[in-house]
Amino acid sequence: MRVALEAVTKVYDGDVRALDELSLEIADGEFFVLLGPSGCGKTTLLRTIAGLETATSGTVRIGERDVTRLPPGDRDVAMVFQDYALFPHMTVADNIAYPLRLKKVPRAERRAKAADTAARLSLGPYLDHRPAQLSGGQQQRVALARAMATRPTVFLLDEPLSNLDARLRLEARTFLKKLQHDLGVTTVFVTHDQAEALALADRIAVMEDGRVRQIGTPREVFQRPANIFVAGFIGSTPMNLLEGECVPGDGDPTGSWTDEIDVAGLRLPVPEEATGLVGPGDKIIAGFRPEYVREAEDGIEGRVEIVENLGTTSLVTLATTGPSVQLTVPEEREPAIGTTLRVAPQPGRTLLYHADDGDLIDDS
Amino acid sequence: MFLILPALWTLYLGLTDYRLTGAAAAHPRIVGVDDYRQALGDKDVRDALGRTLLFVFGSAIVGQNLLGFLLAWSLRSARAWVRAAVETAVLLAWILPGVVVAWLWIAFLKDQGGTLNAILRTPGHDWWFEHPMGALIVFNTWRGTAFSMMLFSAALSNVPRSQLESARLAGARGWQQLRDVVLPNIRGHILTNTLLISLWTFNDFTPYLITKGEPHGASAVLPVYIYLTALPGGRLGFAGALSLTMLLINLLLALAYVRILRRRA
Repeated sequence: MRVALEAVTKVYDGDVRALDELSLEIADGEFFVLLGPSGCGKTTLLRTIAGLETATSGTVRIGERDVTRLPPGDRDVAMVFQDYALFPHMTVADNIAYPLRLKKVPRAERRAKAADTAARLSLGPYLDHRPAQLSGGQQQRVALARAMATRPTVFLLDEPLSNLDARLRLEARTFLKKLQHDLGVTTVFVTHDQAEALALADRIAVMEDGRVRQIGTPREVFQRPANIFVAGFIGSTPMNLLEGECVPGDGDPTGSWTDEIDVAGLRLPVPEEATGLVGPGDKIIAGFRPEYVREAEDGIEGRVEIVENLGTTSLVTLATTGPSVQLTVPEEREPAIGTTLRVAPQPGRTLLYHADDGDLIDDS
Repeated sequence: MFLILPALWTLYLGLTDYRLTGAAAAHPRIVGVDDYRQALGDKDVRDALGRTLLFVFGSAIVGQNLLGFLLAWSLRSARAWVRAAVETAVLLAWILPGVVVAWLWIAFLKDQGGTLNAILRTPGHDWWFEHPMGALIVFNTWRGTAFSMMLFSAALSNVPRSQLESARLAGARGWQQLRDVVLPNIRGHILTNTLLISLWTFNDFTPYLITKGEPHGASAVLPVYIYLTALPGGRLGFAGALSLTMLLINLLLALAYVRILRRRA
């Protein structure tokens, strides 16, 4: 079911603004990820949808229903908590069936439903176990099963993968994506892990200080971050963000000239989508990902300071006269520490941001 | 030295017919287990034990436990100053010296000029005389609730919030959250609390400061009964035997407690 938030504000203790006039719409069946650093308000937003927090102002709708003032139990949503919140004194079956028990579903029926859901999540053999007897991954699936068993209209997941170790987290991620696809339930997923967000989401909302800084598909958010905050947050290696200025080009023999940008002494053409939007003298920030940096004779000069092995590639940090620049190089092509390199972004891979407000300069 | 010697002395006394006065005071005879046999068959002793059990059940197991939990539960979401005020008041009842609270309660429930009679407009009603055990139970509940309240406050703050919220999302009402999440999570604390306050109440001597066992022993719980038997009564040997019996009951309770704790762990 569709979830819509209209100008939702949440103020704690009179002055802490956790959510600031936030509006967004989540489509029916969508896997929607709320991404941001800790304290950005993503969990508060999720809890406001759940009804565990009440919005100070604004409206929360699930489907066509205004649920802003409805208690959590009446919203028809289910939530999986970071610590799973399983009841330690109940068996797996009783945990899964607990919401059904409150809904006065007869014992035999809820037992059958619990067994059914458990089997689907490969928990069949553990129905009579206590949560403490299960591994972290199994506990997480019990929490999922408990959320699924009531067939809610919206799934709310609060960093459900963060308590798993790295390898299990990847498995659980794949599993979760498939499960959500099969069930087709609208899902809101909170995480601070951008890789998790990119991997799972149909759409991502990147949040900072109680506001949404960008909403888009993983591709949009990755390729065209709408501001330097998102640019710096998304991507497993952070984007190079270098201050520069728009300057008149050298011109050509016909006498016409085009603007260029000057970044750390390097001349780059103004990206197509920013043409006409910047003029000589404008302060800009040029952003390009380390993955899109190559060696170039007329590039920015820097000394190799650090080389970090990322597996199939290595991340090289260059010390320049200005801020340092990072690039990735293929495995076994790592430069030696202390050597000098000249590098430049690949053509067409540079994004321009306004130096004052940090917003992307483009024609959209 | 100060613990073992008196205990051994009591053990020895329990085996004699030692008295404060008379022939048996000068030459106490070893009477073996006669004192114990007599103690078990004595109607007064059984009555005192019955009153003690009523006292423990009414004021500790029900009174302090329930009131302590209710206070802790309702103070969870109270404003800071309300919480501080109530906690201070409850703690005060606990830390004031026994002599002071004894006088407070004598004055409170006095037949002539007592505070309760003034409030209820029932002058001349002698609560301590007419309902000695009932009044003692109310008194001890008031006196000892602080410990339960503090223990349950700590326990409640340890109940994982996510479990409570999980229950709320599933549609659990207040009492269902209590039944399905809170009580199961603090079962160990309830057990610890019940045993500790039972032991303390079982051994409590403060009732003597208020009623001295009056009227006619109707408020003489076991410690008071033993005291009355030993000193005004002068039957030291018999009282020693009773003391040892009490010690054994304490020991049994403590053992049961340790066993249950071990089994849980």
